Amino acid sequence: MSNHLLSLLIWLPVLGAIPVLLAGSGRPGAARWIALLVSVATFAASLALLPAYDAATGTLQLTESMSWIPSLGINYSLAVDGISVALIILTSFTQILVIVGAWEVVQNKPHQYMAAMLVLEGLMVGVFCATDAMLFYVFFEAMLIPMFVIIGIWGGPRRVYATLKFFIYTFFGSIFMLIGLLYLWHKTGGSFALSDMANVHLTLTEQSWLFFAFLLGFAIKVPMVPVHTWLPDAHVEAPTGGSVVLAAVMLKIGGYGFLRFSLPITPDASHEFAWLIIVLSLIAVCYIGYVALVQQDMKKLVAYSSIAHMGFVTLGIFIAFLLVRDSQNPDAARLGMQGAMVQMISHGFISGAMFSCIGVLYDRLHSRQIKDYGGVINVMPVFAPFYVLFAMANSGLPGTSGFVGEFMVILASFSANPWIALFAAFTLIIGAAYTLWMVKRVLWGDITNPHVKELTDVNGREIFMLSAFAAGVLIFGIWPEPLVHLMDASVSRIVEQLAITKV
Amino acid sequence: MPGINDILILLPEVYLTIAACVLLLLDAYLKPSQKGAVHWLSILVVLVGAYLVVSGQQAGSSTAAFSGMFIRDGVSTVLKLFSLVLMAVIFVYARPYLKDRAIPFGEFYTLSIFAVVGIMFLVAAGSLVTVYLGLELLTLSSYALVALNRDSQLSSEAAIKYFVLGALSSGMLLYGMSMVYGATHSLDLHTIHAAIVGTEWKTLLLFGLVFMIVGIGFKLGAAPFHMWIPDVYQGAPTAVTIFIGSAQKLAAFGMAYRLLSTGMGDIAGGTAGLAPQWQLMLAVLAVLSLAIGNFVAIVQTNLKRLLAYSTISHMGYLLVGLVNAGPEGYSASMFYAVSYAITSAAAFGMIIVMSRAGFECEEIDDLKGLNQRSPWFAFMMLLVMFSLAGVPPLFGFYGKLLVLKAAIDAGMLWLALVGAVAAIIGLYYYLRVVKVMYFDAPTEGTEVRATSDVASRWMLSINALALLVLGFTWSPLLAWCQRAFAG
Repeated sequence: MSNHLLSLLIWLPVLGAIPVLLAGSGRPGAARWIALLVSVATFAASLALLPAYDAATGTLQLTESMSWIPSLGINYSLAVDGISVALIILTSFTQILVIVGAWEVVQNKPHQYMAAMLVLEGLMVGVFCATDAMLFYVFFEAMLIPMFVIIGIWGGPRRVYATLKFFIYTFFGSIFMLIGLLYLWHKTGGSFALSDMANVHLTLTEQSWLFFAFLLGFAIKVPMVPVHTWLPDAHVEAPTGGSVVLAAVMLKIGGYGFLRFSLPITPDASHEFAWLIIVLSLIAVCYIGYVALVQQDMKKLVAYSSIAHMGFVTLGIFIAFLLVRDSQNPDAARLGMQGAMVQMISHGFISGAMFSCIGVLYDRLHSRQIKDYGGVINVMPVFAPFYVLFAMANSGLPGTSGFVGEFMVILASFSANPWIALFAAFTLIIGAAYTLWMVKRVLWGDITNPHVKELTDVNGREIFMLSAFAAGVLIFGIWPEPLVHLMDASVSRIVEQLAITKV
Repeated sequence: MPGINDILILLPEVYLTIAACVLLLLDAYLKPSQKGAVHWLSILVVLVGAYLVVSGQQAGSSTAAFSGMFIRDGVSTVLKLFSLVLMAVIFVYARPYLKDRAIPFGEFYTLSIFAVVGIMFLVAAGSLVTVYLGLELLTLSSYALVALNRDSQLSSEAAIKYFVLGALSSGMLLYGMSMVYGATHSLDLHTIHAAIVGTEWKTLLLFGLVFMIVGIGFKLGAAPFHMWIPDVYQGAPTAVTIFIGSAQKLAAFGMAYRLLSTGMGDIAGGTAGLAPQWQLMLAVLAVLSLAIGNFVAIVQTNLKRLLAYSTISHMGYLLVGLVNAGPEGYSASMFYAVSYAITSAAAFGMIIVMSRAGFECEEIDDLKGLNQRSPWFAFMMLLVMFSLAGVPPLFGFYGKLLVLKAAIDAGMLWLALVGAVAAIIGLYYYLRVVKVMYFDAPTEGTEVRATSDVASRWMLSINALALLVLGFTWSPLLAWCQRAFAG
């Protein structure tokens, strides 16, 4: 059984979508329950990864391999390390909350919505498991289809524009990655296995081209400045669940891709161009933070803050290069890389929670404009503390998970270059500014808008959803040790790899 | 002297020709109420033909009949089999369409079977004469098929256009063949291949090659010889468009392979022959097709025209594989041709299923809000569109993957990059169709509904789901294509 655990995690939600679709055309209630059942079962199965995975070694484990297209050397091969395990659990956890969050909210064809979400979940888990480049690519691309439909059918007024932009943007990036993979296939002599690709000898020129091919694919996904413009549109127009999944999981796939492709396959080019990524990350952290400051739309604000926070992920990953190769400081490199990973997980909880909160408000007032709110705490006393907690976490308050990752990255970058740390640390100020200012305008003060008076407080279902997110934010904020331990050995292995040059 | 063995090798073709004649006679004597029998009989006839093709072929063997005029090898078997199976699929789609529009049954089925025999000759050709014979049998039947709806002005116009341009391209091809004959003193493709190295008439040969490539380009519908495609696709009855858009592409690939690889030499054959020359020419055609097909498709509002321009770009991809000029590239191109033929059959099948008497579901806007009314068929169309766009895990992606790989293997990274950029442009218009079905509100008045004909509804579902299933199980097909060109 444990041999096929990863396959189960991928295909259970994908195939689970079929009964949801079949049940749903006449009975939306049945579809909701089946969807919940499937997502809970997937979450339970993903928890089974924890005992099955040996965190001490950090190697790729739970390997499954099956020949898929023998004549091209494409295999259906899966394996996970600590980083993937953490991301898979994050995915299946978020998924339950998305299903719960959409319970009565999605009235238009709920069965199609839930089915699309489940398919999306399976494909995302597939991305985190695949150790064959072509299998990775297939999951990576297939993921776009359900997301395209989710934004396009259940989204806001400009959903069609947003969803087309989203799809074409991300497809654009990945098709060049595909060319890169085919080139690597050629170099390895007919294998798509990531381990073979990591071992193949490449000149610096080849590495540089490949690096940029991968960069296009992953930078758009993360997204990094300047290819981030699809994200605010997609977030604003997506339904709440779509935003949650997009921010909590999909963006992580970009960072994950850097770890699996750019670093092991093109280490020297990554080192060569690390400064470029670092500069872009710092621009994301500082400049996009300022952009967030002036947003009138809550979702847009959180979307921009996501870009800024993801800047820390890319910063942490690439600062490790400078530390390992230039400063000979592997301990600090590990710290930076670990910070990036913690940041990925923590941002999953925080952004998911923020978007859920905005969804709660939107369901009641049908507006996301900050100016339409004010004094919400007076009418929604249960909701307000959640909102404040997540806002605090978003601005990186110590004690919440938002602090841990950012702090580790800043600390690591200080060892590399104090200036980088200085710029990165700006986020603590800007982040606090935009989030707290939003909280002030939405929650505090007197009720100025008569519609706000009619707001009802959160119901049991919403309390469950927000509490689950809050638990994640607090647990990993106060006690990140288990999470760090889960990924520690895997991160160390990656950092060791960074030092190995190919030229 | 031709013996009984030669006839046995040609058994499927002989059988189909006789069967088509019998069907024609039968149709003449049947009462109007019994004409439905012709439909089911025709499906049976082509399926039996497909069986004969497979059963006669030993794996990996290559035999020739009539002193090398016909070649029976892996390539011809695969192409024949898929043409026949696709023909049966097309027949299933066609029935409600023909019935609703009172297009005569007998002519359609008989001409279609003759056209398929033409395809079979073409892909099995071992001599320039057979190529021409097969091509003419195919195209003459096609001209008549396009004009079958004789009351429609659009159809007649399309048929005339097709005929004039087709005749012109046949002339070009014939002219090129005569030059090749002049230079090599042979009509047999293998002999021509052998004679290329020693010939003093290099320039004449090159001119011949250019004219032959014009003929091939026309048959494929590759730019700049694509002018007929949009008009014929739009004007022909959809039941005929589906044939031109799917099964015929297999024939065009077969013809290109025979003439260029068998006749003019390739990289794999040791002596490169004229491969370096035709590789370059095909690369130019590929880039033009990818560019023109995709850019012009963006502005189309008519679904059939959109698919027509998308065909042009798909033929560009097919050429990208052929440019490789080695077994890897041929098998990639053949895989592409098969995957495209299956996908495009589903795309036109969708148009047929959504149309009814007096209402052709032709404009993209006709599909508005389809998801509200028939979510199942909207989903099927979504699969078809994403497959055409080349989004994994659908079948269409893997064809693209293989041809791009073939280009990189041949050291033409730039061509692969052109293909990649073209795929992004292509994505835009395919997504637009999905957008209209899923995200737009249905317009009042034009209520698109799936036809009530059960067989074609099932056929469409099977055809579109096959794109998903084959997306996971394409390994055997690829192995088959590779085996056809091995050794």
